[in-house]
Amino acid sequence: MIVAEQKPMEEIAEMIKDFNKILILGCGGCVSVCLSGGEKEVGIMASALKMFVKNNQNRDIEIKEMTISRQCDWEYFDMVKDAMAEVEACVCIGCGAGVQGLVDVYPNVPIFPGLNTGGLAVGKVPGVWEERCAGCGNCILHLTGGLCPIARCSKHILNGPCGGSEKGMCEVDPKTIECVWHLIYERLKSIGKLDNIYKIMPMKDWSTSSDGGVRHLTREDMAKLDAEEEHKKNVELEKKAEEAEAAAKSQG
Amino acid sequence: MSDELKSGSNLEKVFKGGHFAVTCECGPPKGADIEVIKKKASYIKGKVDAANVTDNQTAVVRMSSIATSAILIKEGVEPIMQMVTRDRNRIAAQSDVFGAYALGIRNMLCLTGDHQKFGNHPRAKNVFDMDSIQLLDVVRTIRDEGKVNSGEEVEGGIGMFLGAAENPFGDPFEFRVHRLAKKIAAGANFIQTQCIYDMDRFKTFMKQAVDMGLTEKCYIMAGLTPLKSAGMANYMNKFVAGITIPQPLIDRIKGVEKGQQTEEGIKILMEQIEECRNIPGVAGAHIMAIEWEEKVPELVERAKLLPRPQV
Amino acid sequence: MSDHQEQVAVKEKPAEGFVPKIVAFTCNFCAYAAADLAGSTRTEYPVNIKLIRVPCTGRVDVVHLLKAFEHGADGVYVAGCLEGNCHFAEGNYWAKRRVRYAKKILDEIGVGSRRLEMFNLSAAMFGRFVEVANIMNDRITEMGPSPLNKK
Repeated sequence: MIVAEQKPMEEIAEMIKDFNKILILGCGGCVSVCLSGGEKEVGIMASALKMFVKNNQNRDIEIKEMTISRQCDWEYFDMVKDAMAEVEACVCIGCGAGVQGLVDVYPNVPIFPGLNTGGLAVGKVPGVWEERCAGCGNCILHLTGGLCPIARCSKHILNGPCGGSEKGMCEVDPKTIECVWHLIYERLKSIGKLDNIYKIMPMKDWSTSSDGGVRHLTREDMAKLDAEEEHKKNVELEKKAEEAEAAAKSQG
Repeated sequence: MSDELKSGSNLEKVFKGGHFAVTCECGPPKGADIEVIKKKASYIKGKVDAANVTDNQTAVVRMSSIATSAILIKEGVEPIMQMVTRDRNRIAAQSDVFGAYALGIRNMLCLTGDHQKFGNHPRAKNVFDMDSIQLLDVVRTIRDEGKVNSGEEVEGGIGMFLGAAENPFGDPFEFRVHRLAKKIAAGANFIQTQCIYDMDRFKTFMKQAVDMGLTEKCYIMAGLTPLKSAGMANYMNKFVAGITIPQPLIDRIKGVEKGQQTEEGIKILMEQIEECRNIPGVAGAHIMAIEWEEKVPELVERAKLLPRPQV
Repeated sequence: MSDHQEQVAVKEKPAEGFVPKIVAFTCNFCAYAAADLAGSTRTEYPVNIKLIRVPCTGRVDVVHLLKAFEHGADGVYVAGCLEGNCHFAEGNYWAKRRVRYAKKILDEIGVGSRRLEMFNLSAAMFGRFVEVANIMNDRITEMGPSPLNKK
């Protein structure tokens, strides 16, 4: 899931310093599961923010609290229509995608991020999450025993482990970061696929990651309507061009 | 190894001539002071076959390794230009290789580079578009096939003697020699190892390399760093990843008076060089006297490695 | 910022006749019973402490602690069972972690973490209950009103 953590109160208070009536909008998706942006956290943030503002900006603010099922799907945004009309600004505590989903739908309301989004992670033990996927758009897990060096190697190298691997840990932080290449080695050994890392892995094609520009995902069977409309438009354009050509010929 | 010279550099010719090669390090200044380089060059000129010019080592900003290498050439010292992939993508790296060759640089050491966390700009974005092995492959392709990574032909080829580093003391140990093999397959003509203190482990590593036929394809230089004090030994053992100093060695330095510890460290280095010369497959010594270039002539002299061969 | 404010609060002479408003979340199986016992034995404790009976301190959430301050409390404490003796196995450990988390927030927003505390006692320890009540009452009286109540 997508993990995130709350921004410092001081930073959020600075964002909303010109507003008196605010909506704090939570998300019932990933950030609820990682305890940073769900209904409960909306309550905590609302209370803490009110007190912070009173204490540091010497004023009272009114905060509306709401949480929608997901902030990454347009069909849920309609539910906050009335609330958005009432408030002067919104602090969104979904992931970065959630903030921008709202921005698309409510162009006239200032919308601020209340969280710092931290990647695609799994829960290791209750209260602890660790990054697992970098969303590079070109998965190589079949070659690396199901362990990702792009997300989990500090240098994202494809021919590891580097010289900084000691006793299974990474030199960047030997206390908390495991050397994923050590894990890959052990894993490939146990499934009899060591050949995979005896070969040189070629340079990665990063054009499928965000380096290639904003990525779009289209399921054509779902997006059919648009495609049909586009087709109709194209037919019309062709027709017009033919007519213009015919007209030019008859004149000439 | 083929008889054809890859670049015709002094270092390559020393290896080809069957001599035990000697290299050292020459760190660029943390600024634009050319005098620092000239001074360091004056110490090591004629005392080593070539000198490594580090590329923002430990991610601390210094003068570029290309510029420093070019200045060293003028000063009569042959450089081994280091290049890390931490700070350049495939576009910048290839461009820099062309530039380096045009400036007369003929040896190059391909590295992934220390993580920026250890340097003076820990908030920087790293690049790591490729790793050291892929960089070797890219430069070898330019040199041998006259093509950049995209497949386009180059205007004017390069001759570069390609090196890489390998740490026989990283984990998992049994994979280290395979990683060495990958570097050689990718294009490494010579290898400089990480600082060796654990001779037994290094000997095991070299035996594996000889058995796999790697020393037939590549010259392996033993990386050695003199310990200046018991404090330095302790620090390196504890805090530098991938370096383990056996306790008897630390005890030996600790055992002598404070004022004599440096001398004891040098004595140990002499023994290490002597030992390495007798290990099958070791083709040279890379003496990393970090920020201690003025000591290099004495070290090389005492190791009976002078005069350097004229090739 | 919070430290600074806290220092100011401590240095300032308590307002004449200042009686702090203190909220205590007390577990039904220990602290609340101990309060009851204190009453039966006619042992006095500060009257300005409002007890909120909860089925277990594990029921107390961070938001409850914050709301208490938001609505005017000068001090808040949670009194649960002795560690290892929770009626629901580990509710008091949850409370301990939540109090620790809420303390961080209180420092961040400038109220100060010393205004919140967690205590452990058993149903029989009415003496300790009174002692705890006095500890908090003395501490908060000395600290003065919550910065939120001064504005």
